[in-house]
Amino acid sequence: MYSKETIKRFSDPQFVGEIEDADGVGEVGNMKCGDVMKMFIKVKDDVITDIKFKTYGCMAAIAASDMMCELAKGKKIDDALKITAKEITKDLGDLPPVKFHCSILGTHALKKAVEDYKSKQKA
Amino acid sequence: MGVDIYLDNGGTTKVDERVVKAMLPFFTEQYGNASSTHARGYDAQKVLNKSRDTIAKSINALDEEIIFTSGGTESNNFILKGIAFTNKKKGNHIITTKVEHKCIMNTCAWLETQGFIITYLDVNKEGFIDPQQLEEAITNKTILVSIIHGNNETGSINDLEALGAVCKKHNVYFHTDACQSYTKTPLDVKKQHIDLMTINAHKINGPKGVGAAFIRKGINITPLLHGGDQEFKKRAGTENIPGIVGFAKAVDIASEKNVKQMTILRDKLIEGLLTIQGTKLNGPLGERRLCNNVSVSFKAIEGEAITGMLDLKGIAASTGSACSAKTLEPSYVLMAMGLTHEEANGTVRLTISKDTTEKDVTIFLKEIKLVVDKLRAISPFKGDA
Repeated sequence: MYSKETIKRFSDPQFVGEIEDADGVGEVGNMKCGDVMKMFIKVKDDVITDIKFKTYGCMAAIAASDMMCELAKGKKIDDALKITAKEITKDLGDLPPVKFHCSILGTHALKKAVEDYKSKQKA
Repeated sequence: MGVDIYLDNGGTTKVDERVVKAMLPFFTEQYGNASSTHARGYDAQKVLNKSRDTIAKSINALDEEIIFTSGGTESNNFILKGIAFTNKKKGNHIITTKVEHKCIMNTCAWLETQGFIITYLDVNKEGFIDPQQLEEAITNKTILVSIIHGNNETGSINDLEALGAVCKKHNVYFHTDACQSYTKTPLDVKKQHIDLMTINAHKINGPKGVGAAFIRKGINITPLLHGGDQEFKKRAGTENIPGIVGFAKAVDIASEKNVKQMTILRDKLIEGLLTIQGTKLNGPLGERRLCNNVSVSFKAIEGEAITGMLDLKGIAASTGSACSAKTLEPSYVLMAMGLTHEEANGTVRLTISKDTTEKDVTIFLKEIKLVVDKLRAISPFKGDA
């Protein structure tokens, strides 16, 4: 039902964790829909130098979180924000249609983390 | 790759070798049509009658009260639609519950589009229907009450005798979906005042595609399938003789000893799971729980992730009903029992069979602990708070 890549990401995610002194933190989803994704970023010179996640959710949600982190790490913030749910899904080797929203959640989590980072910059 | 442990017997069971052996001759040797008027046909008729008698005796019914069908879904559809349309002039009100199997729920939803009014009874925290609440819901338009016996998700076994007595008192037909409880919990249609019942074979180590509807003698019911005169003109279509033989054999094999063994392993599973921090058992303990069902909610982690990780280890478990497994909604059964979204989303159902061993349980308990720890390390929430 899930692709090899999704299963690999789910059973051995590379970006799990929290960043204690994160420059931005974003949390999306809720218990009612069954997925909560929290993303932590470190930023230097507009580049995402480190990124980690904590996710409550199904296999697809965990795998999509991990893939999102991999795609975003090392990218300039503006470029990272251009990562689409479609790209995440494609790199995961496709997801069942009912799980597509997990990839969307990944992009939203990063967006929120960047918003948090930018608001801290202004302050 | 590790183990091969199957804990999804509420979804379906392995067909017992003895059942397969009993069925085989009816494919290639005694392949007659039970309606045919020649030797092969008579042989088929004979074995059909014998199988019918086995099923009838197992629930204290008469042979002519057993109608073979293609399974639980057909029996439930047949009984609900058949009784509704046959009794349309008497009334249009049907009472069921919020914790039925999907095929009752969706049949009722369809009946609503046909002008029937459905009342869905609540359950308490342990998943039981209150007979008094049932009595209060009955009106002079009520024609049928349909209540699940053993719940497929939470294992709660309803008190059919008390519920049936209420229906009898008010002269309303009483149907129960006993697919999960059949051969595991005593069923006696007379003692429990049951007018109609659904049972099937594949939940009891029999083949898929065969079940039965018990229709009390004297009850008129419109067929769902029209055609030939099979099954006392209540269900047309050439009888599935191999399936029916397998069904009867599965009933023969089922035993009190198996039930006792499953009960011991069930309680061992429950005990072991509850030693893990942040776990909660759904449904009752003891005799009012199906002997093969365990339903547990894990804090801070999601059910599908748990079963997914177990699956990678070679352990089959489910998050709830197999028929609802591909939807994203939290289980309506668990929500009706008052679970929070977190509890419902974090639920795993383990259903054992007579073939489950103590070793399976021991290995499972070891593996589930690893899975829970691993997923809690990924979760943003705390599992032990």
